[in-house]
Amino acid sequence: MADKLVSKIPDGPLAEKWTKRKSEIHLVSPNNKRKLEIIVVGTGLGGASAAASLGELGYNVKVFCISDSPRRAHSIAAQGGINAAKNYQNDNDSVYRLFYDTIKGGDYRSREANVYRLAEVSSAIIDQCVAQGIPFAREYGGYLANRSFGGVQVSRTFYARGQTGQQLLLGAYASLNKEIASGTVKSYPRHEMLDLVVINGEAKGIIARNLVTGELERFGAHAVVIATGGYGNTYFLSTNAMNSNGSAAMQCWRKGAYFANPCFAQIHPTCIPVHGDQQCKLTLMSESLRNDGRIWVPKKLEDVEKLRKGTIKPSQIPEEDRDYYLERRYPAFGNLVPRDVASRAAKERCDAGYGVNETGKAVFLDFSEAIERLGHQKVAERYGNLFEMYQKITDSDPWKEPMMIYPAIHYTMGGIWVDYDLQTTIPGLYAIGEANFSDHGGNRLGASALMQGLADGYFILPVTIGDYLSHKFSEPKTDINAPEFAAAEKAVQARIDALFAIKGKTPVDVLHKKLGNIMWEYVGMAREEAGLKKAIQEIDALKEEFYKDVCVPGTQYGFNQELEKALRLEDFFEIGKLMAFDALNRSESCGGHFRVESQTEEGEAKRDDANFMYVAAWEYKGPGVTPELHKEPLKYEFIEVKTRNYKD
Amino acid sequence: MEFNLKIWRQKNAKAKGHFETYHISGIESDASFLEMLDILNEQLIREGADPVAVERGCQSSGPVSFDHDCREGICGACGLYIDGRAHGPDDHVTTCQLFMRHFKDGATITVEPFRSSGFPIIKDLVVDRSAYDKILQAGGFVSVRTGAAQDANNILVPHDVAEKSMDAAACIGCGACVATCKNGSAMLFVAARVSSLALLPQGRPEAKRRVQKMIAKMDELGFGSCTNTRACELECPKGISVEHIARLNREFLGAHFSD
Repeated sequence: MADKLVSKIPDGPLAEKWTKRKSEIHLVSPNNKRKLEIIVVGTGLGGASAAASLGELGYNVKVFCISDSPRRAHSIAAQGGINAAKNYQNDNDSVYRLFYDTIKGGDYRSREANVYRLAEVSSAIIDQCVAQGIPFAREYGGYLANRSFGGVQVSRTFYARGQTGQQLLLGAYASLNKEIASGTVKSYPRHEMLDLVVINGEAKGIIARNLVTGELERFGAHAVVIATGGYGNTYFLSTNAMNSNGSAAMQCWRKGAYFANPCFAQIHPTCIPVHGDQQCKLTLMSESLRNDGRIWVPKKLEDVEKLRKGTIKPSQIPEEDRDYYLERRYPAFGNLVPRDVASRAAKERCDAGYGVNETGKAVFLDFSEAIERLGHQKVAERYGNLFEMYQKITDSDPWKEPMMIYPAIHYTMGGIWVDYDLQTTIPGLYAIGEANFSDHGGNRLGASALMQGLADGYFILPVTIGDYLSHKFSEPKTDINAPEFAAAEKAVQARIDALFAIKGKTPVDVLHKKLGNIMWEYVGMAREEAGLKKAIQEIDALKEEFYKDVCVPGTQYGFNQELEKALRLEDFFEIGKLMAFDALNRSESCGGHFRVESQTEEGEAKRDDANFMYVAAWEYKGPGVTPELHKEPLKYEFIEVKTRNYKD
Repeated sequence: MEFNLKIWRQKNAKAKGHFETYHISGIESDASFLEMLDILNEQLIREGADPVAVERGCQSSGPVSFDHDCREGICGACGLYIDGRAHGPDDHVTTCQLFMRHFKDGATITVEPFRSSGFPIIKDLVVDRSAYDKILQAGGFVSVRTGAAQDANNILVPHDVAEKSMDAAACIGCGACVATCKNGSAMLFVAARVSSLALLPQGRPEAKRRVQKMIAKMDELGFGSCTNTRACELECPKGISVEHIARLNREFLGAHFSD
């Protein structure tokens, strides 16, 4: 089966691969596009931009989202910015540098050709977004402004205050609305995909539940695009929105799509620390804050104690008694090291007893020096809304005392395996944005998620999907009365019936929290063999508890949020186990994946290129059966593979 | 902390709604309002699953449905009418960013959905705001095709203009302005989009068409008219100013007279 992993990377020089591939792709004429139907699931940056662009091309698009409006997708919450190799700052940036930073940031576990293409189209994304009327930050002369993000030494990040994701999504959503108005796209809000329908080995449609009526509905198409984001909520507490889930990806996995690098999850260093047991959601403070904020803990344990008792304020600790540990350990990048490095460094200090709040799980992010250097107004312009948000949540004023932050699960680099055309191992099934695995390797750089979502949706998928569809226009419309649709719907119905039949006592969220605890403990920031094995056992035991004792109140019909959550939790169990399997297999440390057994004397992550320079693609083998691992070797032809160094 | 919660329960769009009162205790003052509702729901689910509690005459309406998603004040999904105010007693926040420390211990809190003829109730506290999508579909966009754009720096936008456009573009589409307006007017919502685009050079070619189509759609969907009470501005979680309604009116009149 390993022959399914054909990456389809074009031959030739790196900079010419995408041009070459585009020239090979078959076209579909306008009159034939009208005959073709495409389903897009998800309306974040990837899904909305893809659906809008496919609609503009003349395809018949059906777009689905679980929220009441496409605009609510979690891309909306991205704060800091979007990268592009424009070199508007004259700081010697280039497509090559963006490509290089991304490969290096990903710790050499992503494909050269994909990442180069991403860097290549980045510039056109900014052009597109400006044309849509997105109010990016501007200089006084009217030109676009930039800022820096972690893991790079240039300023290539475009932003709209701390609401860049919101503005980009509203731009894509506006384009989607334009196509909905013109009739090329039909929108199905409050619909949740519950299964993929495969006919003769090809993706032909979905089964979705209408979340208002509760009815199961069948939708057919010539191709299906999954743009449903990542699976960070496996951990229960994460920066993801409450309804973000990995279920669509799991449905595709169970129908035969390989799932790649599931253990690569990003832990973001700058989140507001956990406040108590009643919490259900963690809030991210944008990485852009690390442009001007300095991260520190006290040098002396007695100061830590006083802080915890509340007998001194952080601002009272003199400069010489502060340990700016990122600046100390990584002088070349300082506070702007990549996320995985910054997160681990925070954990190291807190594990050593220097955590600055009562739980011992927090470090300071301090703006006092920036406020002195830039003045109140400039700092307010750059970060005002973030300061406000912090104050609202924590009731503490970051203008007076430093913020407290701690790492939290934020993004998943792993996802559905796709080839260079973004097609999965199931023909006709595509995956874009965070839902696929393709571009970020073991660690994603800040401001690159927005870039990838929009690159896939605006510029890559609308081209590559044509190659598949060019062979399909003579096929009739997919018949939703086909036996495969009936069988898929029946299976979904059986799954729902089984959940109601349990009639247990424990609410879904209680069990989800337990899963989150297992994941954070054993598949979190530091992973080791014994812990990972334990995680697999504990997830199995928890699953058993779920099927014995979960309580799903109400009925299938009508609006039922508990049913939605129960269905998603079933899939989170599966993802959690898959993550643990993958983490167990990958006994190297790499990017966000840190295996305790594989570190240098200084405690830095130690890669094992000889044994693990591959994409781990997992194949579903049936319920309860260990999934099968397939390896796609990664070849680096154009750059030299090095140990990541942010020190000098 | 402990509270008495008087919550609007309604089985579906057609059913008649009513208030039910619940008691909840052991709430941390740092918990958010929605986290408090999560805890209430956990309690209601456990009671509903417990035959003894049901026999004792325990409420059996099940957990309370409410829309929510990002829980960081940006997606616009959540929106509750709390003690007579859209998004509750704190200023310029969404419901998810409202914390229990803003309430008195032991208080009775009334929780209702956003009420407006433009937002029919789906269940309990969940309303249908698809009218907002329809208004934006009528013209809330710039008609640019993917790939057609020129280099971004060829369109110059003065710093202050971009900032002002951003002030309006910050709208999260939550519906608080409609819910709080005595006329159920959607003017602030429509103005935010119209004004944000009207300020920018990219938005000018279609400005006239846009404002006319969006206003016509808003009227068609049954939203009321604006009588300048400015209640919307006070309750808007993003603090969007009624100055944008003034710009909307100028755009609309300008479009009318140039016909």
